[in-house]
Amino acid sequence: MIVNKNDSILNIKDLHVHYRTYDGFAKVLDGVNLWVGKGEKVGLVGEAGCGKTTTMRTVLRILPENAVVPKGEIFYHGEDILKMKPQKLNKVRTQGISMIFQEPAAALNPVFTIGTQMFDVIRYSDSGKGRSKEEIKELAVKAIGEVYIPDPERILNSYPGQLSGGMKQRICIAMAIVTERELLIADEPGTSLDVTILDQVHRLLRGLVEKKGMSLIMITHSLGVAREMTDRIYVMYAGNIVETAETKELFKNPLHPYTLGLLESVPRLTGGGVAEGIYGRIPDYFSPPKGCRFHPRCRLSEEKCREEKPLLKDVGDGHQVACFKVQGVI
Amino acid sequence: MSGDALTLTETILEVQNLKTYFSVGKAEGKPLFVKAVDGVSLKVKRGEIMGLVGESGSGKSTLAYTVMGMYPPTEGKIIFQGQDISMPSAKRSLSIKKDLQIVFQDPGSSLNSRQNVRQILELPLRVHKIASKNGLEEKIVQLLKMVELPPNYMHKSPASMGGGERQMISIARALATDPQFVILDEPTSALDVSIQAKIINMLLKLQEEKGLTYLFITHDLSLMRNIATRVAIMYLGKICETAPTEDFFQAPLHPYTRMLLSSIPVVSEEEEELKPKKVVSTGEIPSPVNVPPGCSFHLRCPEKREVCMEVDPEMVEAEPGHFVRCHLYG
Repeated sequence: MIVNKNDSILNIKDLHVHYRTYDGFAKVLDGVNLWVGKGEKVGLVGEAGCGKTTTMRTVLRILPENAVVPKGEIFYHGEDILKMKPQKLNKVRTQGISMIFQEPAAALNPVFTIGTQMFDVIRYSDSGKGRSKEEIKELAVKAIGEVYIPDPERILNSYPGQLSGGMKQRICIAMAIVTERELLIADEPGTSLDVTILDQVHRLLRGLVEKKGMSLIMITHSLGVAREMTDRIYVMYAGNIVETAETKELFKNPLHPYTLGLLESVPRLTGGGVAEGIYGRIPDYFSPPKGCRFHPRCRLSEEKCREEKPLLKDVGDGHQVACFKVQGVI
Repeated sequence: MSGDALTLTETILEVQNLKTYFSVGKAEGKPLFVKAVDGVSLKVKRGEIMGLVGESGSGKSTLAYTVMGMYPPTEGKIIFQGQDISMPSAKRSLSIKKDLQIVFQDPGSSLNSRQNVRQILELPLRVHKIASKNGLEEKIVQLLKMVELPPNYMHKSPASMGGGERQMISIARALATDPQFVILDEPTSALDVSIQAKIINMLLKLQEEKGLTYLFITHDLSLMRNIATRVAIMYLGKICETAPTEDFFQAPLHPYTRMLLSSIPVVSEEEEELKPKKVVSTGEIPSPVNVPPGCSFHLRCPEKREVCMEVDPEMVEAEPGHFVRCHLYG
């Protein structure tokens, strides 16, 4: 499903996030621009430490205390989340956006039963208001059924420690969909799971999002997962969005040198050996390189790349790239 | 890829009906065991890269650790270069330890964070008397050069390096004793793809230069497609299929192998073509304490029959060099 930008429900504009540490400021996000349309499934792809999770945590304003947002806006239905009063923000968190975290074991509280934790989610949301205990329980049972876990009643009485990793991740998904939400942020749901289990979790997630007409932001480090799950992809590198396009277009016609390097590095089922990988590593955020943050690792970099920061520009059909070479500037 | 799996003749490592059980208390008066490795027979030929693939809990790491002597085998034999080494590590001769090395999954915890690189690399050199006191520094510089790191890394601590560089140090440490056989236990699964590609290329280059034999443990079938000469699939402590890489990916026989292959997220249409159609991953790996009777995969198998629930299948050679443990081919 492809949506026009004007119908966006979430629109992040020029977002900067820094972390204050004893060594100075780690300048992680460096002007992120990202939007999600109604009912759209968007992928945010990048390697470890590129700022994917920081971006999404900023959206829900659940950043650690040492984070500062010097610049940027996050519009949710036209209102800036970063400027919202606590009451309003609470409404977004309990009724608008839900998030599935990377580590299901860490996202669930080990000393409360699954039931207690799920009932709380419902009770504090719009759909739980004024409902009786029985009704709330009914909703929870229904949600657990939707993620294909047999015997929901028993699950409600179990503690997280009594469930397997795959089950816990499914419970996290159930919690995220148990109340009506418009946007679901999935932060690498289940990277710690095995391929056959992960495949099941992904299919389940996609099915539920489509059935309920929700929007999805799928954070992942795997281009393969993004290809199977999303309509449109943002490729992120060192706190910048370097390329965005519809999923099909991105795999047919990848343009940014980083996207190309990443695609080359993926071992293929068709064989043909392993590529060289990308030279160097992600920059030091305390003193990030001037100009394009990818230039120290880029084979095509020139004078201009070292001096000036390339911005995302349209190169046709909504395919945007932040690279002077691709834009034809140099 | 070095050499054809069928032309290599000399067996370097042979594992015969190996069992490694762990005692986990009692139930109803009977002692309970986790059957982590349950009757594995495997031959690795000199000069090959044997891929051992399985999901977590399949026993692939336990198999590796038992071969290394970290766990005593409950039953069965391990023969390395013609010598029976089924005894614990402490009773093995120094020359066997020198020839048999391992690289662990997580370089963060397998390198001592209180030592610098020099101290880390010095130990194997001193224990195995590879270099004299005066020659130590020169040898360490050589080792660093071998893994493409500059000499000044000698004074760095593991914590100040990136994950990829740390893994290079682990590899240098394993190769310091000039071994014949190296077990690689998921050496790249904690790393990003662009860094994985670099490390894999280096491992392949070293294998060729030094005539090494690798037992490569991983859960990544796409990676094995590109580097292994032979692949073995493990499920719940048993090997269910083993074949030369080409055969393996062209005609996977075991239903579990097909399920694994169909679960891999891929990045191109051509790869999509190679995935077995109409196989949908279901279920989870049962606990190894409570292995189902008959074929241990029958609970998840789409092609299960009556006999699968009662009789554990034997390994058969379905095609030359292609072994499978399934009643479909009995």
